[in-house]
Amino acid sequence: MEQAKLALLTEKAREIRLGAVKAVYSAASGHPGGSLSIADILSYLYFSEMNVDPKDPKKADRDRLVLSKGHTAPALYAALAARGYFEKELLSTFRQADSILQGHPDMKHIPGVDMTTGSLGLGFSAANGMALSAKISGDSYRVYAILGDGETEEGQIWEAAMFGAHYKLDNLMAFVDFNGLQIDGKITEVMNPTPLDEKFAAFGWNVLTIDAHDFDQIEAACRAARECKGKPTAVIAKSIKGRGVSFMENEVGWHGKAPNKEQYEKAVAELSV
Amino acid sequence: MADKIATREAYGNALAEFGAKYDIVVLDADLSEATKTCVFKKQFPDRFFDCGIAEGNMMAVAAGIAATGKIPFASSFAMFAAGRAFEQIRNSIGYPHLNVKIGATHAGISVGEDGATHQCNEDIALMRTIPGMTVISPADGTEARAAVEAAILHDGPVYLRFGRYAVPYLYDESTYKFELGRGIKLAEGSDVTIVATGLMVHLALEAKELLKAEGISAEVINIHTIKPLDTELLAASASKTGAVVTAEEHNVIGGLGGAVCEALAGICPVPVLRVGVEDTFGRSGKVPALLELYGLTAANIAAKAKAAVSMKRK
Repeated sequence: MEQAKLALLTEKAREIRLGAVKAVYSAASGHPGGSLSIADILSYLYFSEMNVDPKDPKKADRDRLVLSKGHTAPALYAALAARGYFEKELLSTFRQADSILQGHPDMKHIPGVDMTTGSLGLGFSAANGMALSAKISGDSYRVYAILGDGETEEGQIWEAAMFGAHYKLDNLMAFVDFNGLQIDGKITEVMNPTPLDEKFAAFGWNVLTIDAHDFDQIEAACRAARECKGKPTAVIAKSIKGRGVSFMENEVGWHGKAPNKEQYEKAVAELSV
Repeated sequence: MADKIATREAYGNALAEFGAKYDIVVLDADLSEATKTCVFKKQFPDRFFDCGIAEGNMMAVAAGIAATGKIPFASSFAMFAAGRAFEQIRNSIGYPHLNVKIGATHAGISVGEDGATHQCNEDIALMRTIPGMTVISPADGTEARAAVEAAILHDGPVYLRFGRYAVPYLYDESTYKFELGRGIKLAEGSDVTIVATGLMVHLALEAKELLKAEGISAEVINIHTIKPLDTELLAASASKTGAVVTAEEHNVIGGLGGAVCEALAGICPVPVLRVGVEDTFGRSGKVPALLELYGLTAANIAAKAKAAVSMKRK
């Protein structure tokens, strides 16, 4: 990847992380761990991969993103703000009664949100529906979904996986944010959904495994997904929960907890260049 | 034209008819022969998608399709649509107010032989508590056909409730007009109002005749749209007759009877008695036997009507 592009994506990922932490701190509530783990994927999708226009958020031929792991809305909102869908200042109103920024993504009121999500398992099906719709009318847009690894414990994920392969939705690409942790602990100890690569392959998907924090690997995966015909692509994106804030990294306690003032300031310092 | 048709049959025919006129997409969950979406499938195979036995996925897939501007009909039995997939309907369709039409067949006790696991007497209650959801329960084939087109033309989520069992035609297609949210007064009366929906409407008309023989004049109203409810029509009739009986093939809790009580309590409090499944589960049997067993009969409507009349303030 060119240095300039890498620098841009790195900078945008940093902005997304800062914005997400700021939103959660302002709300004194929210999910920082899984927001930080998907920041690099969101940076790549919004600043390199997806055909979108913040000035025309509903344009018919846009690529769509469904954040199926909707609790990490702080990262999505920070990415949308960074991309110019709304003012960054709005992030500090996250989860407030007079704000459009709901605790989980709300497509009716938030510019750039393509699907309402929050209840796990549902968004992935909706992404399949969007991809099928494009096939029906011969539209060329692509659909991206981001799933949690814990989310794959939902049976509906596998109903949707069956559906996507059955209808050969090669315009659909799903990232599984494989950070290894869910609310109650390690995914392998709470209810082991692994091996996810073999499961998706068995369901008929094109499967790739990457480092979720390496832009070259994200780029290669997106290219491979575009080139793969007749199958949807699942990317097992190995990530670090809390990535970028030292005391949050790999700590399950930061799944759904807001930092206090001191912790927030430390996080901001670490995320500032 | 046959004198009877199941509303599910009319649903399938209507999808095929309107599929030529409107850009609809039809989904089913391995029940297309029973829900009658197979009629559409035959005519428009490129706009029909079987989702397999996975109703939750089907509902959220429908949400995704609607989010891209198309109009999907998601079909299954009422039990697996409103019941199994309630949360998908609530969160992925209702909350974002997406333009999904849910075609739920085999509603109520008239499923017959399949028994309690397949007899959904709770769907009206479930669906009408979702904000912004329109709930339609047609009384005959003509109304079912018209309801499908009304649902297509309405922007927002619609739950359509159809039955498995053939019911008599009440309306002539050439003169019938379906107005979403408007009840239809089928007969004028002065002593009691019978408010019915679905398969119970023709039984309400029979009950009117039974009551007439006993010198009681019953007004009969067909409520095809349970939400939004035609409270204006109901209040006007209730204030005239002073007593109401509701009739539905659904639990007496939370369905049409519940909706009518909620509405009238605030604007025109009169005695309301409810005919329906008395908060119990169904069982296997021939449909006529089951309707008898659960009191879904003209005789029971008439008996409740008399009781309601006797409760009126003197």
